[in-house]
Amino acid sequence: MSALPLVRALRRPESAAAFSPEQWNVLIAMARAERLIGTLALRIGDGAVPGEVRAVLADARLDAEREARQALWEADRAAAALAPLGLRVVLLKGTAYAAAGLKAGAGRFIGDLDILVPRDSMDAVEKHLIAAGWEWVKSDPYDDAYYRQWMHELPPLIHRDRDRMIDVHHTVLPLTARQTPDAEAMIADAVPVSDGLYILSSEDRVCHAVAHMLADGDLAGGLRNLWDIYCLLGEADPAALETRAERHGLLPHVRQARRLADALYGEGRTRLTLWDRIVIARLLARDGWGRETRKGLRFAFYLRSHWLRMPPLMLARHLLTKWRKGYRPA
Amino acid sequence: MKHRVTLRIGPATFRIGSAWSGPIGELRRLYADYPAPSGGLADFTVRLEPAGLLRRWLRPSIFITGDHGLADAAPMSLAHSLLAAEMGMNLQMALGWRRHLLLHASSVEKDGRVLLMSGESGSGKSTLAAQLGERGWRLMGDEFALIDLAAGAVLPFPRLVSLKNRAIDVIAADVPAARMGPLLEGTAKGDIRHMRPRADAVARMDEGAPPALLLFPRFGHASAIRPMGQGETFMRLTQASTNYVALGEAAFAALGRFVDEVPAMAMDFPSGDEAIAMVERLWEERA
Repeated sequence: MSALPLVRALRRPESAAAFSPEQWNVLIAMARAERLIGTLALRIGDGAVPGEVRAVLADARLDAEREARQALWEADRAAAALAPLGLRVVLLKGTAYAAAGLKAGAGRFIGDLDILVPRDSMDAVEKHLIAAGWEWVKSDPYDDAYYRQWMHELPPLIHRDRDRMIDVHHTVLPLTARQTPDAEAMIADAVPVSDGLYILSSEDRVCHAVAHMLADGDLAGGLRNLWDIYCLLGEADPAALETRAERHGLLPHVRQARRLADALYGEGRTRLTLWDRIVIARLLARDGWGRETRKGLRFAFYLRSHWLRMPPLMLARHLLTKWRKGYRPA
Repeated sequence: MKHRVTLRIGPATFRIGSAWSGPIGELRRLYADYPAPSGGLADFTVRLEPAGLLRRWLRPSIFITGDHGLADAAPMSLAHSLLAAEMGMNLQMALGWRRHLLLHASSVEKDGRVLLMSGESGSGKSTLAAQLGERGWRLMGDEFALIDLAAGAVLPFPRLVSLKNRAIDVIAADVPAARMGPLLEGTAKGDIRHMRPRADAVARMDEGAPPALLLFPRFGHASAIRPMGQGETFMRLTQASTNYVALGEAAFAALGRFVDEVPAMAMDFPSGDEAIAMVERLWEERA
């Protein structure tokens, strides 16, 4: 059993109409585990589904509406806190899609607020956020120092009243990663969505989502991220995207994402490489109870995520430090 | 998963999978008389998984999860698997239920009206509801009361009653063995034994009723009754609800209406018998 039923239902929601009760149970468990239940609910809409399923999907839509409302309020609060700086505050990921009403945002689970600001404004941004009630989460000095020295973002902050997290990015990938997307260019070409808030251009949105899915991370939540990319690709100009991806050093990644999105959510006409097939096997590693499967493959991608992020010697030092602090990968 | 069962409790249906046959057998026995789920469609999936690589066989221990789970949930011994299954279902309700306002409260019904009892673990609300359920009241639930968002009625959620420590002997004296689960000794909450509600309470699990009285019982104090204002009641119930924030405006409206219509009192009591007498007296005064 793999997550193919979920992928198929997202691609062709009407195909679920003939599902047996157990097929629905499987689909719902997978969609919840991959945090795609809200997206699935909106894709299926008011289609012909059993009453019990209708109720589950209505709950998911309600949750998604609340997610979007809360996310936009957080964005509004951050914009208010940073307004005196007169910066371009660029919304990223889920909040950006919700703010701009993009297809990728429909029903999407939105966790933290992610913003991108110019690197030389980081100190000022940090001060203004703390003055407005955000507080540090990481109490470990190693983690804090690690973030500040090597990551592409501030250590995460949580708002003391609203209990919501903000990630302040100054570039796209960790400073130690092999690719160095041009964050300044992204900010310069961002487009306004509301008072003081911006989102990336349609091509940069694809590049950003692709960088996070394929040049960073272990593909956890990959089906959701690929769904984002599939939706975002529909809004990007293909030729402009190639140019932009090249400038960010992400052309192979963007091309692979296009193949993967087409294979899973599109027409499925593109020829896949062996590496594409391995990535797809990892993306689909989920069973009908919502459990993770293919532990070995998952672990290999976990190791790869660190390999991508750091040069070998630094990686060894980092893993040793974490191991001595008692951390074990799940 | 290898072993599975589908259970319906009130409006919610659970698909429960387990790596072991034990918990599923216990559930089948104790939930045997519950109305069958319609069509096999579940609202939630619950999983009882081995807590580690070898934990299926070697010192077997259970990790409780499902559609909704807590990453840092403590593993439980296989000897307590019935409790694990119940906790798994509770977890789904607490984190995932959106169709009613969910209050952490026990509820019993008489004369077509509902008495709700809210309070923290150890307040005696669960034991008191179980005792009333054996004395002419209909037990609607010992843990969660579901409030209809539009009409304000209380809906039953009559899962197994979870009796703790001293309450076990008190209740077991009144209840036939066939309705009792195994004694689970030394759980994180002490000794626990489950009890199936009476057959009529189970058969009427789809039948709601309007709320008439809300009590905040507190065991182990001299008898005292204190009327509670709407403001305090409202605040206490927001804390007693697991989905108040998630439901947003609908929950605010439902709770506002609830405190408008339902009188609330704090009730201190020294013993079970005294509590039952106090409840019956309050109920008659209200009638």
